[in-house]
Amino acid sequence: MSETSSCSPKPRVGLFVTCLVDVFRPTVGFAAVKLLEDAGCAVEVPAAQTCCGQPAYNSGDRADARDLARRVIAAFEDFDYVVAPSGSCGGIIKRHYPPLFDGDPAWQARAERLSAKTYELVSFLTDVLGVERVIARYPDTVTYHDSCSGLRELGIKSQPRRLLATVADLDLREMAESEVCCGFGGAFCVKYPELSNRMVSEKAAHIQASEAGTLLAGDLGCLLNMAGKLQREGAAIRVRHIAEVLAGMADAPAIGEPDRGDAPCK
Amino acid sequence: MQVTSQTFKSNAGAALRDAALQRALKNLKAGFPGKRAAAIAKLPEFDQLRAAGRDLKNHVLEHLDFYLERFEAKVIEQGGQVHWARDAAEARQIVLDICRSVAARRVTKGKSMISEEIGLNEFLEAHGIQPVETDLGEYIIQLRHEHPSHIIAPAIHLNRDQVADAFHAHHGPYGFTERNEEPRALMNEARQVLRQQFLSADVGITGANFCVAETGATVIVTNEGNGDLTQILPRVHIILASIEKMVPTLEDVGALLRLLTRSATGQEITVYTTFSSGPRRPEDLDGPEQFHVVLLDNGRSGMVGGEFQDMLRCIRCSACMNHCPVYGAIGGHAYGWVYPGPMGSVLTPQLIGIDAASQLPNASTFCGRCEEVCPMHIPLPKMMRHWREREFEQHLSPAGVRFGLSAWAFFAKRPKLYRIAAGFGAWLLRRLGGRKGRIKHLPLAGGWTAWRDLPAPQGQTFQQQWAAQRGARS
Ligand code: SF4
Repeated sequence: MSETSSCSPKPRVGLFVTCLVDVFRPTVGFAAVKLLEDAGCAVEVPAAQTCCGQPAYNSGDRADARDLARRVIAAFEDFDYVVAPSGSCGGIIKRHYPPLFDGDPAWQARAERLSAKTYELVSFLTDVLGVERVIARYPDTVTYHDSCSGLRELGIKSQPRRLLATVADLDLREMAESEVCCGFGGAFCVKYPELSNRMVSEKAAHIQASEAGTLLAGDLGCLLNMAGKLQREGAAIRVRHIAEVLAGMADAPAIGEPDRGDAPCK
Repeated sequence: MQVTSQTFKSNAGAALRDAALQRALKNLKAGFPGKRAAAIAKLPEFDQLRAAGRDLKNHVLEHLDFYLERFEAKVIEQGGQVHWARDAAEARQIVLDICRSVAARRVTKGKSMISEEIGLNEFLEAHGIQPVETDLGEYIIQLRHEHPSHIIAPAIHLNRDQVADAFHAHHGPYGFTERNEEPRALMNEARQVLRQQFLSADVGITGANFCVAETGATVIVTNEGNGDLTQILPRVHIILASIEKMVPTLEDVGALLRLLTRSATGQEITVYTTFSSGPRRPEDLDGPEQFHVVLLDNGRSGMVGGEFQDMLRCIRCSACMNHCPVYGAIGGHAYGWVYPGPMGSVLTPQLIGIDAASQLPNASTFCGRCEEVCPMHIPLPKMMRHWREREFEQHLSPAGVRFGLSAWAFFAKRPKLYRIAAGFGAWLLRRLGGRKGRIKHLPLAGGWTAWRDLPAPQGQTFQQQWAAQRGARS
């Protein structure tokens, strides 16, 4: 992989930060930048990005969803690739933008072109860039939750596990039912809190039963949900986005952990 | 049946707190998914079969009028009758008229969701005819005056002791005065009681898993054999089927059966697969004197050619609900009408109106497990989203949701303003999180913080930090 990147111009990657990473966990964005740059990409972060439009789209508000999709398309269509540290937002752009423009051929064509070059971070590293290993160390047992959109819309299953296997001192312990939804579901978790709570309680039980020291996943929404539940239950499990571990940037406090006084990310 | 779909949220809450129900639901989760997975693992061509099944049903739906007419002609050719019912009321009336024409007093019934859909039992009872459910699960819930909570395992919400109580309360007159709890004994008890009903019924009513256009036959799959007794012993056999049950040929039935039984119970084939075509012929040893097929539309023809057409491919295998984390948490009754789980969340708004069922398509995380396991490749999440779109277009969504969305969209469409708001939000939440790094109680987000902490943001937003870093570099 290094061969191609050294003799051809670097692929220009537009990082779709995602609204949750932007606000809650910038470390994930910086970890994504590092992983992409280490793999030979030139990374840019368009300032015009806000959100992929999923809240509108999943609430049946097609007009606003289209409006936001058009903005994302305009902001990102000049890049060689668009990469998001999220299977959920990546899945929206890749799988849902084109049909969103049914009946609008001009925008649909642009949505399709964007869809074709949009990827979730980890699968982009492995499937497009051919990254086979990362240089990182994480001395802990970890368990990995398969977030729904990444798993079922983008086929992300083996890719994160393959890269995690190359992290020094990391020991992966699969939990039971890692493919079952954690109950986040965007607005679902506030519209149906009791149901969401049941789902995340079961998830938390499986996570704890795995006896792993760290929970990883590729979507911040799910991670906030699971971290919030584990911490409410007093479980001593660290929760991180997989990009932090793969990039060797797991020195910031884990999600929802107290600040140790050091700057969160510099 | 009273519709309670719009109180889904409180129904679900009650279900979560119902200890007996929760015990029973554990069995469901432990049973169906594993059996299905094992059966499919043994059939390498399952995915090809699925694609073929989908294409076949699509073909039928494209030519539904043709296959319906063909089926009708074949039924008549064999001495049967076909009755067309536009809606539930017409279907009920047709059944009642047939029952009255033979002065029926007792009707035995095989399992039929269409019967539930049209509310047949209550209607017959109100007109002095006694319906007796003969499927064991259906029989149990009939004794308890309940409705099915699952489309193939109607009493899955019950535990053995509840069944024992129901039998003990009702079987005294048949000579069973002891309370049995042992499964075999319970089964035996039901069998003996039901046998008397079979022999004294005037009409037998069954559903249909498929209607074969080529031969005019209807097909049911059962594991108890009650369907056969229901349709053979009484003088009159009535089949309730919805119009999308058509399949072109017998061979097609074979393909769909392979999908159905594996997806449903993980069986390669059910214990009984029964084909019925026409009334008893002179050379037949048994069979009914009259053979009636009631074909119910009830809004289905309106789905053909629209964004919900794919739903008409459903073969009622129940895999979607068996794998649904929401169904698994609350069972079927919380859905508030006949069809529960993901397939119900798509079908119910069509059959009873989105205004009476808008909660259902919303109560999903779109995790996609239902679509993943559906043998007919029905895009259930996509269609739930379509219902949300209809709800939004018709201004049925709650005011709070609409307000929140438009406020959010206002910022999301103005990147500069959005960055300021995001920066402020991150700062504020960070402050609220304090030293602990998480928030235990957040007004306006009580749905979240009632059950879990909210991890606090790290500090500045990514965009703020990025601008500072890269801006300084260049
Ligand atoms: S929607 Fe699919 S999985 Fe659900 S019952 Fe119908 S055929 Fe089975």
